[in-house]
Amino acid sequence: MKKLLACTALTMAAMTGTAYAGEVSACLITKTDTNPFFVKMREGAEAKAAELGVTLKSYAGKVDGDHETQVAAIETCIADGASGILLTASDTSSIVPAVQQARDAGLVVIALDTPLEPINAADATFATDNFLAGELIGQWAAAKLGDGAATAKIAMLDLGISQPTVGVLRDQGFLQGFGIELGDPDKWGDETDPRIVGNDVTAGNEEGGRRAMENLLATDPSINVVYTINEPAAAGAYEALKSFGRENDVLIVSVDGGCPGVANIKDGVIGATSQQYPLLMASLGIEAINAWATDGVKPEPTPGKDFFDTGVALVTDEPVDGVVSINTTEGTDLCWG
Amino acid sequence: MSTTPNYESATTQGPEAIADFSENNNSMINRVQHALHVTPSLVPLIVLVLSLIIFGTLLGSKFFSPFALTLILQQVAIVGIVGAAQSLVILTAGIDLSVGAIMVLSSVVMGQVTFRYGLPPAFGVACGLACGTFVGFINGWLVAKIKLPPFIVTLGMWQIVLATNFLYSANETIRSQDIAKHAPLLQFFGEKIKIGTANFTVGVIFLVLLVIFLSYVLRHTAYGRHIYAVGDDPEAAELSGVNVKAVLISVYMLSGLICAFAGWALIGRIGSVSPTSGQLANIESITAVVIGGISLFGGRGSIMGMLFGALIVGVFTLGLRLLGADAQWTFLLIGALIIAAVAVDQWIRKVSV
Repeated sequence: MKKLLACTALTMAAMTGTAYAGEVSACLITKTDTNPFFVKMREGAEAKAAELGVTLKSYAGKVDGDHETQVAAIETCIADGASGILLTASDTSSIVPAVQQARDAGLVVIALDTPLEPINAADATFATDNFLAGELIGQWAAAKLGDGAATAKIAMLDLGISQPTVGVLRDQGFLQGFGIELGDPDKWGDETDPRIVGNDVTAGNEEGGRRAMENLLATDPSINVVYTINEPAAAGAYEALKSFGRENDVLIVSVDGGCPGVANIKDGVIGATSQQYPLLMASLGIEAINAWATDGVKPEPTPGKDFFDTGVALVTDEPVDGVVSINTTEGTDLCWG
Repeated sequence: MSTTPNYESATTQGPEAIADFSENNNSMINRVQHALHVTPSLVPLIVLVLSLIIFGTLLGSKFFSPFALTLILQQVAIVGIVGAAQSLVILTAGIDLSVGAIMVLSSVVMGQVTFRYGLPPAFGVACGLACGTFVGFINGWLVAKIKLPPFIVTLGMWQIVLATNFLYSANETIRSQDIAKHAPLLQFFGEKIKIGTANFTVGVIFLVLLVIFLSYVLRHTAYGRHIYAVGDDPEAAELSGVNVKAVLISVYMLSGLICAFAGWALIGRIGSVSPTSGQLANIESITAVVIGGISLFGGRGSIMGMLFGALIVGVFTLGLRLLGADAQWTFLLIGALIIAAVAVDQWIRKVSV
């Protein structure tokens, strides 16, 4: 059945390809269409597509982790005769055969935000350097504490027990930036430095952030540095600290750069966050598809990396020496969601 | 043909005891079984006390402090309130998979009515409570009138309510700082009452009062007995004059209302209004109910047991964290507890045959 579908898709792609030669069309497939991160990504893609005269069709999974819908969307795009696909995959390894099908049919496939496994399964990957994002907040926290960094008590609020890649990269980046020796850089929780009080998981939301913070505070009430996977988890952790009366003497750092997160930096809830740029990922993606369709040029990765780095900036109102940062006013202009 | 047949003589011929069901009545096991049958919340209470003792011995004052123990109460407050709603539904031999979704949608409605439309927070809260009750009514109506299985109805409603939640809120969070400044009423359930190092939140007190109130209603009012009767045998209940449909609809509505209160309590706990929270509340509440010894087949169990069940999960979660165990172990142990609880339930049921 799948084969048959693929064959029909291929023939249709060939037919429509010739029929509409000259007109570029692109597909955007996101994990969900509810997360502000993806909403912003779609806006970025739509704006750029309108500017370049590219026809854009957007698809999204029903929930995060909805793999089937994404495969169906890829098949639809092939059948539709699109020139290229921008994809944030829910299931990074299972989607590879479907991606290969699209590439075989002559489409350029660009992974946005989330690299596929293996990363070269896509023609290119436009993403945030999550390790660098972690490293920046780690360096900032260490510089902020000064001599106190040697005796810091750190709580690590991670994403999930299955240790998704994004979460591991941010976690390990933070520790490296802070000056803590890593164990296996592909997993968190195996470090032996006594400054780490413990790791707990948050599911990346407020509720999980609060619970994880409470658990770690019960383990060691003297925690004074908190790393969080994203800003909702940071907001939850702050609520826990507030209920213990510790909100003013604990440093919280995070990653994302969403608008509520940047507002929380302004209010002193979070000390610093690494901001990423979903809008840029999408608009660069559309440009790349357009270049492929018109000139047959494929995008190149950033030198020294296996993906195209869309950049990351440290947002804080308390800059420190040695770490480049932007303030919350600039951060608000660039924030998403 | 002179004498009437002496039927009575048969009684003297047979063995004295014709059908003796009281054979082992005095054995220890049977007495335990009987005690558990009469008081189903006894099992979770024993497990709770044992786990408190074990973690207390292993961790000492770190765990056995008013601070840590009241922290557990705070952590289970939301699941406990949702669990109370779930208990009511399960007592009628139903199940409500949409509890968590109703909770989140209600909290989002409270937040959006207050912040997007700029109406008074009290009105926002009222809208949220009404919203939860209304979703509960749809569930109840479909179950009672259209006679659809509760599992299917609430499975569908879970998806519908979650999707509505995301569409309506655009998945935007309302920040804690904004709520504290403009509508502190929404965070009412997060207010703290300090007694020494013990911290009680309004949410915790609400949970305890709710459980006491519901267990009174279930034990000592006609309505409460009707809920048990409907769960045990709806046809028999109907024949004895219970309005089964009305009871079912009212139970789902009540469940929806309690979930809406849980949504209010959720804002108090996490400070902000976040459409992504509470995704697992349905599973967590069913876990609390099952560990609490309420029978999934309806008609048996007590709401106190659910509270103990929720506390057991809380004690294990925090206890294992303090011992430094990997979070996976918590899930593994809770899984084992669920299966053990249902096994005990099956064993107790034998006494009632």
